[in-house]
Amino acid sequence: MTTHAENPPHASGKANAALLLGWIIPGAGHMLLGKWVRGALLFAAVVTMFWIGLALQGKVYTPNFGDPLDMLGFAGDLGAGGLYALARIMGWGTAPVQVALADYGTKFIVVSGLLNVIAAVDAYSLANGRKAAA
Amino acid sequence: MMLSHFSAVLIFALCASIVFGITQRTEPRKMALFAGYCFILFLAGTMLASWVMWLIKR
Repeated sequence: MTTHAENPPHASGKANAALLLGWIIPGAGHMLLGKWVRGALLFAAVVTMFWIGLALQGKVYTPNFGDPLDMLGFAGDLGAGGLYALARIMGWGTAPVQVALADYGTKFIVVSGLLNVIAAVDAYSLANGRKAAA
Repeated sequence: MMLSHFSAVLIFALCASIVFGITQRTEPRKMALFAGYCFILFLAGTMLASWVMWLIKR
């Protein structure tokens, strides 16, 4: 990754907005910065993973203080931002996991959240100059 | 929805590779190359792990 040493990173309002917007809507942080194609690809990748996870009857974790893996699962799911909120509001992903494919679905949902966090942080880095914009 | 294990791997690898490519490189060409590299590694790693599990089972 190329960095700009002459422009020290600083958290501007736009960078924070890109981070927050990118977390709530996958790819929206990049779109805010004018990176429309990247934003659309990120949106498609994260939403596809989340949707397939739900379609495979994966579980959407709720806040919990029980099993550590469940707590980590919730943290991962939370990364999906708006998609996670939508799933909770609509009551998606509440059926008990009974088959192997549903377990795959649970992992798809968690990983989509983690990928969304990476994408949002990337938008933040682009906005504050930490990552070179090509 | 029903997916085979392989199609699940394909979709997982494709989506993850797209995000990795865009976020870990700065230029579009390098993004595409890195995404392809990640995709191949995902598939190769899964196939290798599958064969190892098959051998362990025997």
